Amino acid sequence: MLLSDRLKSILRGPVPLSAASPAVTDMGRPRIAAGSGKNEILRTRASRGLEQFVGSLRELSGLAILDLGGANQENVNFITSLGHKFYSEDFLRIFQEIFAGDRADQSNPSRIEYFLGQVLDYPDEQFDGVMAWDLLEYMEPALLSAAIDRLARILKPKGYLLAFFHSDDHMDTVPCYSFRIEDPRNLQVCEYGNRAPSQLFNNRRLEKLFQKFESVKFFLTRECLREVIVRK
Amino acid sequence: MSVWNKQRREEEPSGPFSANSLRPAPPALPVETKKEATTLSSISSMPVGRTEQDTSRGGAATIGKAVKIVGQIFSREDLFVDGDVEGTVELMEHKLTIGPNGNIHAGIKAREVVALGAIQGNVEASDRIEIRKDAKLVGDIKTARIVIEDGAYFKGSIDIVKTEPRVAPAPLRHQAAAATPIAAPVPAQASAAEAKR
Repeated sequence: MLLSDRLKSILRGPVPLSAASPAVTDMGRPRIAAGSGKNEILRTRASRGLEQFVGSLRELSGLAILDLGGANQENVNFITSLGHKFYSEDFLRIFQEIFAGDRADQSNPSRIEYFLGQVLDYPDEQFDGVMAWDLLEYMEPALLSAAIDRLARILKPKGYLLAFFHSDDHMDTVPCYSFRIEDPRNLQVCEYGNRAPSQLFNNRRLEKLFQKFESVKFFLTRECLREVIVRK
Repeated sequence: MSVWNKQRREEEPSGPFSANSLRPAPPALPVETKKEATTLSSISSMPVGRTEQDTSRGGAATIGKAVKIVGQIFSREDLFVDGDVEGTVELMEHKLTIGPNGNIHAGIKAREVVALGAIQGNVEASDRIEIRKDAKLVGDIKTARIVIEDGAYFKGSIDIVKTEPRVAPAPLRHQAAAATPIAAPVPAQASAAEAKR
Protein backbone atom coordinates (compact mmCIF):
# COMPACT_ATOMS: atom_id res chain seq x y z
CA MET A 1 0.00 0.00 0.00
CA LEU A 2 2.78 2.36 0.98
CA LEU A 3 4.75 1.41 -2.07
CA SER A 4 1.85 2.01 -4.40
CA ASP A 5 1.23 5.46 -2.88
CA ARG A 6 4.88 6.32 -3.34
CA LEU A 7 4.77 5.04 -6.89
CA LYS A 8 1.70 7.17 -7.54
CA SER A 9 3.41 10.27 -6.21
CA ILE A 10 6.47 9.60 -8.37
CA LEU A 11 4.30 9.16 -11.45
CA ARG A 12 2.37 12.30 -10.58
CA GLY A 13 5.59 14.27 -10.54
CA PRO A 14 6.44 17.31 -8.42
CA VAL A 15 3.57 19.21 -6.84
CA PRO A 16 3.38 22.80 -8.12
CA LEU A 17 3.62 25.56 -5.54
CA SER A 18 0.10 26.72 -6.18
CA ALA A 19 -1.17 23.33 -5.08
CA ALA A 20 0.32 23.95 -1.68
CA SER A 21 -2.60 26.21 -0.89
CA PRO A 22 -5.77 24.46 0.26
CA ALA A 23 -7.52 22.73 -2.59
CA VAL A 24 -11.13 22.96 -3.62
CA THR A 25 -13.61 20.35 -2.43
CA ASP A 26 -16.68 19.02 -4.14
CA MET A 27 -19.51 21.50 -4.43
CA GLY A 28 -20.84 22.41 -1.04
CA ARG A 29 -19.07 19.59 0.76
CA PRO A 30 -16.92 21.08 3.47
CA ARG A 31 -13.67 19.57 4.67
CA ILE A 32 -10.87 20.45 7.03
CA ALA A 33 -8.01 22.08 5.19
CA ALA A 34 -4.87 20.02 5.34
CA GLY A 35 -1.75 21.59 6.72
CA SER A 36 -3.23 24.98 7.47
CA GLY A 37 -3.10 24.46 11.21
CA LYS A 38 -6.16 26.66 11.68
CA ASN A 39 -8.91 24.06 11.23
CA GLU A 40 -10.14 25.85 8.16
CA ILE A 41 -13.22 24.49 6.47
CA LEU A 42 -13.32 24.84 2.73
CA ARG A 43 -16.24 24.68 0.40
CA THR A 44 -17.15 26.01 -2.97
CA ARG A 45 -20.43 27.80 -3.50
CA ALA A 46 -22.14 29.76 -6.20
CA SER A 47 -22.08 33.53 -5.78
CA ARG A 48 -24.53 35.74 -7.60
CA GLY A 49 -22.79 38.80 -6.21
CA LEU A 50 -19.48 37.71 -7.69
CA GLU A 51 -21.16 36.91 -10.99
CA GLN A 52 -22.57 40.42 -11.20
CA PHE A 53 -19.28 41.97 -10.13
CA VAL A 54 -17.26 40.00 -12.68
CA GLY A 55 -19.89 40.73 -15.35
CA SER A 56 -19.15 44.42 -14.88
CA LEU A 57 -15.43 43.85 -15.44
CA ARG A 58 -15.51 41.49 -18.37
CA GLU A 59 -16.21 43.85 -21.19
CA LEU A 60 -13.15 45.95 -20.51
CA SER A 61 -9.50 45.29 -19.74
CA GLY A 62 -6.84 47.24 -17.92
CA LEU A 63 -9.14 48.09 -15.02
CA ALA A 64 -7.88 48.68 -11.50
CA ILE A 65 -9.34 46.23 -9.00
CA LEU A 66 -8.71 46.41 -5.25
CA ASP A 67 -8.97 43.30 -3.11
CA LEU A 68 -9.23 44.13 0.59
CA GLY A 69 -8.97 40.49 1.64
CA GLY A 70 -5.19 40.25 1.24
CA ALA A 71 -3.55 38.65 -1.75
CA ASN A 72 -4.16 35.03 -2.52
CA GLN A 73 -3.11 33.10 -5.57
CA GLU A 74 -6.62 32.41 -6.83
CA ASN A 75 -7.82 36.01 -6.79
CA VAL A 76 -4.60 37.31 -8.31
CA ASN A 77 -4.81 34.74 -11.10
CA PHE A 78 -8.43 35.44 -11.80
CA ILE A 79 -8.25 39.22 -11.90
CA THR A 80 -4.99 39.40 -13.85
CA SER A 81 -6.20 36.77 -16.33
CA LEU A 82 -8.98 39.19 -17.26
CA GLY A 83 -6.29 41.72 -18.12
CA HIS A 84 -6.83 43.91 -15.07
CA LYS A 85 -4.38 45.34 -12.59
CA PHE A 86 -4.71 43.77 -9.15
CA TYR A 87 -4.28 45.84 -6.00
CA SER A 88 -4.06 44.16 -2.63
CA GLU A 89 -4.65 45.37 0.91
CA ASP A 90 -4.66 43.08 3.91
CA PHE A 91 -7.46 45.03 5.55
CA LEU A 92 -8.16 42.65 8.41
CA ARG A 93 -4.53 42.24 9.41
CA ILE A 94 -4.03 46.00 9.65
CA PHE A 95 -7.38 46.40 11.38
CA GLN A 96 -6.35 43.91 14.05
CA GLU A 97 -2.89 45.42 14.39
CA ILE A 98 -4.24 48.93 14.88
CA PHE A 99 -7.33 48.35 16.98
CA ALA A 100 -6.39 45.04 18.62
CA GLY A 101 -9.96 44.38 19.70
CA ASP A 102 -10.43 47.84 21.23
CA ARG A 103 -13.93 48.84 20.14
CA ALA A 104 -13.84 52.26 21.76
CA ASP A 105 -10.74 53.12 19.74
CA GLN A 106 -12.77 52.67 16.56
CA SER A 107 -14.66 55.85 17.40
CA ASN A 108 -11.53 57.92 17.91
CA PRO A 109 -11.24 60.25 14.88
CA SER A 110 -7.43 60.33 14.85
CA ARG A 111 -7.22 56.53 15.07
CA ILE A 112 -9.80 56.22 12.30
CA GLU A 113 -7.78 58.57 10.11
CA TYR A 114 -4.60 56.66 10.85
CA PHE A 115 -6.24 53.35 9.97
CA LEU A 116 -7.70 54.64 6.71
CA GLY A 117 -4.31 56.12 5.87
CA GLN A 118 -2.82 52.67 6.21
CA VAL A 119 -5.32 50.69 4.16
CA LEU A 120 -7.20 53.04 1.86
CA ASP A 121 -4.66 55.70 1.05
CA TYR A 122 -5.34 56.04 -2.66
CA PRO A 123 -6.14 58.95 -4.95
CA ASP A 124 -9.76 59.73 -5.63
CA GLU A 125 -11.43 57.65 -8.34
CA GLN A 126 -8.55 55.24 -8.65
CA PHE A 127 -10.47 51.95 -8.78
CA ASP A 128 -12.99 50.42 -11.11
CA GLY A 129 -13.91 47.75 -8.60
CA VAL A 130 -13.37 46.94 -4.94
CA MET A 131 -13.80 43.53 -3.35
CA ALA A 132 -14.52 44.18 0.31
CA TRP A 133 -15.86 40.67 1.06
CA ASP A 134 -17.24 40.55 4.62
CA LEU A 135 -14.69 42.94 6.10
CA LEU A 136 -17.00 45.93 6.51
CA GLU A 137 -18.95 43.94 9.05
CA TYR A 138 -16.00 43.89 11.44
CA MET A 139 -16.15 47.62 12.11
CA GLU A 140 -17.96 49.77 14.64
CA PRO A 141 -20.38 52.39 13.23
CA ALA A 142 -18.02 55.40 13.32
CA LEU A 143 -15.18 53.57 11.62
CA LEU A 144 -17.49 51.90 9.14
CA SER A 145 -19.06 55.17 8.12
CA ALA A 146 -15.62 56.74 7.55
CA ALA A 147 -14.46 53.67 5.60
CA ILE A 148 -17.53 53.77 3.34
CA ASP A 149 -16.91 57.45 2.65
CA ARG A 150 -13.31 56.68 1.73
CA LEU A 151 -14.36 53.77 -0.49
CA ALA A 152 -16.84 56.02 -2.26
CA ARG A 153 -14.03 58.47 -2.91
CA ILE A 154 -11.53 56.01 -4.33
CA LEU A 155 -14.07 54.29 -6.58
CA LYS A 156 -14.52 55.66 -10.07
CA PRO A 157 -18.01 56.76 -11.13
CA LYS A 158 -19.89 53.61 -12.24
CA GLY A 159 -17.37 51.52 -10.33
CA TYR A 160 -18.59 48.54 -8.29
CA LEU A 161 -18.10 47.42 -4.72
CA LEU A 162 -18.70 43.82 -3.67
CA ALA A 163 -19.43 43.25 0.02
CA PHE A 164 -20.98 40.51 2.13
CA PHE A 165 -23.04 40.89 5.29
CA HIS A 166 -24.67 38.32 7.53
CA SER A 167 -28.39 38.50 7.08
CA ASP A 168 -29.55 37.09 10.41
CA ASP A 169 -29.55 40.05 12.77
CA HIS A 170 -29.94 37.89 15.90
CA MET A 171 -26.62 36.10 15.67
CA ASP A 172 -24.27 36.16 18.67
CA THR A 173 -21.32 34.92 16.69
CA VAL A 174 -20.59 34.81 12.98
CA PRO A 175 -18.03 32.71 11.14
CA CYS A 176 -14.76 34.22 9.92
CA TYR A 177 -14.28 33.72 6.21
CA SER A 178 -11.73 34.22 3.52
CA PHE A 179 -12.87 34.16 -0.08
CA ARG A 180 -11.12 32.94 -3.20
CA ILE A 181 -12.47 33.25 -6.70
CA GLU A 182 -12.69 29.89 -8.40
CA ASP A 183 -14.45 31.05 -11.54
CA PRO A 184 -16.83 33.88 -12.46
CA ARG A 185 -19.72 32.17 -10.69
CA ASN A 186 -18.13 30.27 -7.82
CA LEU A 187 -16.26 31.19 -4.70
CA GLN A 188 -14.09 29.03 -2.53
CA VAL A 189 -15.08 29.90 0.99
CA CYS A 190 -12.59 29.21 3.71
CA GLU A 191 -14.10 29.29 7.19
CA TYR A 192 -11.86 29.57 10.23
CA GLY A 193 -13.41 30.04 13.65
CA ASN A 194 -15.99 32.54 14.83
CA ARG A 195 -16.15 36.13 15.98
CA ALA A 196 -18.68 38.39 17.59
CA PRO A 197 -20.22 40.71 15.00
CA SER A 198 -19.77 44.42 15.48
CA GLN A 199 -22.96 45.19 13.62
CA LEU A 200 -25.56 43.22 11.72
CA PHE A 201 -27.50 44.72 8.87
CA ASN A 202 -30.92 44.27 7.36
CA ASN A 203 -31.76 45.58 3.90
CA ARG A 204 -32.89 48.96 5.16
CA ARG A 205 -29.71 49.54 7.15
CA LEU A 206 -27.61 48.52 4.17
CA GLU A 207 -29.44 50.94 1.92
CA LYS A 208 -28.77 53.67 4.45
CA LEU A 209 -25.13 52.67 4.73
CA PHE A 210 -24.63 52.95 0.98
CA GLN A 211 -26.85 55.96 0.42
CA LYS A 212 -24.03 57.86 -1.29
CA PHE A 213 -23.89 55.26 -4.03
CA GLU A 214 -26.09 55.16 -7.09
CA SER A 215 -27.52 51.67 -6.69
CA VAL A 216 -27.48 48.74 -4.26
CA LYS A 217 -28.39 45.15 -5.14
CA PHE A 218 -28.79 42.27 -2.69
CA PHE A 219 -28.48 38.53 -3.14
CA LEU A 220 -29.30 36.23 -0.25
CA THR A 221 -27.27 33.02 0.08
CA ARG A 222 -28.02 29.78 1.89
CA GLU A 223 -25.39 30.62 4.52
CA CYS A 224 -27.43 33.61 5.71
CA LEU A 225 -25.11 35.97 3.88
CA ARG A 226 -26.36 38.96 2.00
CA GLU A 227 -24.17 39.60 -1.03
CA VAL A 228 -24.26 43.25 -1.91
CA ILE A 229 -23.25 44.91 -5.16
CA VAL A 230 -23.00 48.64 -4.93
CA ARG A 231 -22.49 50.96 -7.87
CA LYS A 232 -21.11 54.41 -7.47
CA MET B 1 57.30 18.30 9.99
CA SER B 2 58.98 16.24 7.32
CA VAL B 3 61.02 17.61 4.44
CA TRP B 4 58.58 16.02 1.98
CA ASN B 5 55.77 18.12 3.38
CA LYS B 6 57.79 21.32 3.16
CA GLN B 7 58.54 20.74 -0.51
CA ARG B 8 54.88 20.05 -1.23
CA ARG B 9 53.76 23.29 0.36
CA GLU B 10 56.28 25.31 -1.66
CA GLU B 11 54.82 23.90 -4.86
CA GLU B 12 51.30 24.98 -3.92
CA PRO B 13 50.21 28.39 -5.23
CA SER B 14 49.34 30.74 -2.40
CA GLY B 15 46.34 32.51 -4.01
CA PRO B 16 43.06 32.05 -2.18
CA PHE B 17 41.11 31.04 -5.27
CA SER B 18 43.54 28.48 -6.60
CA ALA B 19 42.18 25.08 -7.46
CA ASN B 20 44.66 23.45 -5.09
CA SER B 21 43.26 25.24 -2.08
CA LEU B 22 39.96 23.44 -2.63
CA ARG B 23 41.60 20.04 -2.98
CA PRO B 24 41.14 17.74 0.05
CA ALA B 25 44.25 17.42 2.19
CA PRO B 26 46.34 14.33 1.44
CA PRO B 27 46.17 11.59 4.04
CA ALA B 28 48.87 12.17 6.62
CA LEU B 29 49.65 11.56 10.27
CA PRO B 30 47.01 13.08 12.57
CA VAL B 31 49.45 15.55 14.14
CA GLU B 32 50.61 16.84 10.77
CA THR B 33 47.05 17.23 9.51
CA LYS B 34 46.23 19.41 12.51
CA LYS B 35 49.26 21.62 11.88
CA GLU B 36 48.41 22.07 8.24
CA ALA B 37 44.87 23.07 9.01
CA THR B 38 46.09 25.74 11.43
CA THR B 39 48.68 27.14 9.06
CA LEU B 40 46.52 27.29 5.98
CA SER B 41 43.29 28.40 7.55
CA SER B 42 43.76 32.07 6.70
CA ILE B 43 44.28 31.25 3.05
CA SER B 44 41.97 28.40 2.34
CA SER B 45 39.07 28.91 4.70
CA MET B 46 37.40 31.49 2.47
CA PRO B 47 37.18 29.43 -0.69
CA VAL B 48 36.17 26.34 1.24
CA GLY B 49 33.46 28.30 3.06
CA ARG B 50 32.25 29.76 -0.22
CA THR B 51 32.02 26.34 -1.75
CA GLU B 52 29.76 25.09 1.05
CA GLN B 53 27.55 28.14 0.74
CA ASP B 54 27.43 27.91 -3.00
CA THR B 55 26.08 24.40 -2.75
CA SER B 56 23.29 25.39 -0.33
CA ARG B 57 22.31 28.60 -2.19
CA GLY B 58 22.55 27.07 -5.62
CA GLY B 59 25.74 28.92 -6.53
CA ALA B 60 24.48 32.39 -5.62
CA ALA B 61 26.54 35.20 -4.16
CA THR B 62 25.49 35.87 -0.60
CA ILE B 63 24.93 38.93 1.55
CA GLY B 64 24.87 37.58 5.08
CA LYS B 65 22.43 38.52 7.78
CA ALA B 66 24.92 40.71 9.65
CA VAL B 67 25.61 42.84 6.57
CA LYS B 68 23.98 46.14 5.67
CA ILE B 69 24.48 47.72 2.27
CA VAL B 70 23.38 51.21 1.33
CA GLY B 71 23.68 52.00 -2.36
CA GLN B 72 23.33 50.29 -5.68
CA ILE B 73 23.87 46.59 -6.29
CA PHE B 74 24.40 45.30 -9.82
CA SER B 75 25.02 41.62 -10.13
CA ARG B 76 25.81 39.33 -13.02
CA GLU B 77 25.17 36.23 -10.96
CA ASP B 78 22.38 34.99 -8.71
CA LEU B 79 22.25 36.73 -5.36
CA PHE B 80 21.03 35.64 -1.94
CA VAL B 81 20.34 38.50 0.49
CA ASP B 82 19.85 37.69 4.13
CA GLY B 83 20.95 41.10 5.42
CA ASP B 84 19.77 44.68 4.98
CA VAL B 85 19.90 46.48 1.65
CA GLU B 86 18.84 50.04 1.00
CA GLY B 87 19.02 51.55 -2.49
CA THR B 88 18.58 49.62 -5.71
CA VAL B 89 19.20 46.01 -6.67
CA GLU B 90 19.60 45.00 -10.31
CA LEU B 91 20.25 41.48 -11.54
CA MET B 92 18.71 41.71 -14.94
CA GLU B 93 19.39 38.14 -16.06
CA HIS B 94 19.59 36.50 -12.67
CA LYS B 95 17.71 35.33 -9.64
CA LEU B 96 17.43 37.28 -6.40
CA THR B 97 16.48 35.44 -3.24
CA ILE B 98 15.64 37.40 -0.11
CA GLY B 99 16.25 35.12 2.82
CA PRO B 100 14.10 34.94 5.94
CA ASN B 101 16.29 37.54 7.68
CA GLY B 102 16.59 39.70 4.59
CA ASN B 103 15.22 43.21 4.68
CA ILE B 104 15.27 45.11 1.42
CA HIS B 105 14.30 48.73 1.18
CA ALA B 106 14.98 49.15 -2.49
CA GLY B 107 13.71 48.99 -6.01
CA ILE B 108 14.43 45.57 -7.47
CA LYS B 109 14.95 44.46 -11.05
CA ALA B 110 15.72 40.81 -11.68
CA ARG B 111 14.81 37.88 -13.85
CA GLU B 112 13.39 35.98 -10.91
CA VAL B 113 12.68 37.04 -7.34
CA VAL B 114 12.00 34.73 -4.41
CA ALA B 115 10.96 36.52 -1.22
CA LEU B 116 11.15 34.88 2.16
CA GLY B 117 11.91 38.06 4.09
CA ALA B 118 10.78 41.67 3.82
CA ILE B 119 10.78 43.92 0.76
CA GLN B 120 9.72 47.52 0.64
CA GLY B 121 9.98 48.86 -2.88
CA ASN B 122 8.83 48.18 -6.39
CA VAL B 123 9.79 44.88 -7.95
CA GLU B 124 10.26 44.10 -11.62
CA ALA B 125 10.76 40.40 -12.21
CA SER B 126 10.93 39.73 -15.92
CA ASP B 127 10.26 36.02 -15.48
CA ARG B 128 8.59 35.35 -12.13
CA ILE B 129 8.23 36.29 -8.50
CA GLU B 130 7.48 34.03 -5.57
CA ILE B 131 6.24 35.47 -2.29
CA ARG B 132 6.62 32.79 0.33
CA LYS B 133 4.32 32.39 3.31
CA ASP B 134 6.19 34.46 5.90
CA ALA B 135 7.36 37.10 3.46
CA LYS B 136 6.24 40.70 3.55
CA LEU B 137 6.17 42.80 0.40
CA VAL B 138 5.03 46.40 0.23
CA GLY B 139 5.34 47.79 -3.27
CA ASP B 140 4.20 47.43 -6.84
CA ILE B 141 5.04 44.30 -8.78
CA LYS B 142 5.57 44.00 -12.50
CA THR B 143 6.15 40.44 -13.65
CA ALA B 144 5.17 37.72 -16.08
CA ARG B 145 4.22 35.16 -13.43
CA ILE B 146 3.53 35.31 -9.73
CA VAL B 147 3.21 32.80 -6.92
CA ILE B 148 1.84 33.95 -3.57
CA GLU B 149 1.74 31.50 -0.72
CA ASP B 150 -0.98 31.68 1.90
CA GLY B 151 0.16 33.72 4.87
CA ALA B 152 2.31 36.12 2.88
CA TYR B 153 1.65 39.81 3.42
CA PHE B 154 1.37 41.85 0.28
CA LYS B 155 0.35 45.47 -0.09
CA GLY B 156 0.55 47.00 -3.53
CA SER B 157 -0.36 46.31 -7.10
CA ILE B 158 0.36 43.46 -9.47
CA ASP B 159 0.80 44.10 -13.15
CA ILE B 160 1.16 40.97 -15.22
CA VAL B 161 3.33 41.72 -18.23
CA LYS B 162 2.93 39.25 -21.03
CA THR B 163 6.37 38.40 -22.31
CA GLU B 164 6.86 37.55 -25.95
CA PRO B 165 7.68 33.90 -26.40
CA ARG B 166 11.40 33.37 -26.68
CA VAL B 167 12.84 32.23 -29.99
CA ALA B 168 12.95 28.46 -29.82
CA PRO B 169 16.49 27.12 -29.67
CA ALA B 170 15.66 24.28 -32.10
CA PRO B 171 16.26 26.22 -35.32
CA LEU B 172 19.63 27.35 -33.99
CA ARG B 173 20.58 23.73 -33.43
CA HIS B 174 19.55 22.94 -36.98
CA GLN B 175 21.75 25.75 -38.19
CA ALA B 176 24.61 24.47 -36.08
CA ALA B 177 24.06 20.95 -37.34
CA ALA B 178 23.94 22.21 -40.89
CA ALA B 179 27.15 24.13 -40.34
CA THR B 180 29.05 21.20 -38.85
CA PRO B 181 29.68 19.24 -42.08
CA ILE B 182 31.23 22.32 -43.68
CA ALA B 183 33.57 22.87 -40.78
CA ALA B 184 36.69 20.80 -40.36
CA PRO B 185 36.07 17.46 -38.66
CA VAL B 186 36.40 17.67 -34.89
CA PRO B 187 37.88 14.85 -32.85
CA ALA B 188 35.29 12.96 -30.83
CA GLN B 189 36.78 13.94 -27.45
CA ALA B 190 36.88 17.64 -28.26
CA SER B 191 33.30 17.75 -29.48
CA ALA B 192 32.14 15.95 -26.33
CA ALA B 193 33.94 18.53 -24.21
CA GLU B 194 32.30 21.33 -26.18
CA ALA B 195 28.91 19.75 -25.74
CA LYS B 196 29.52 19.67 -21.98
CA ARG B 197 30.34 23.33 -22.03
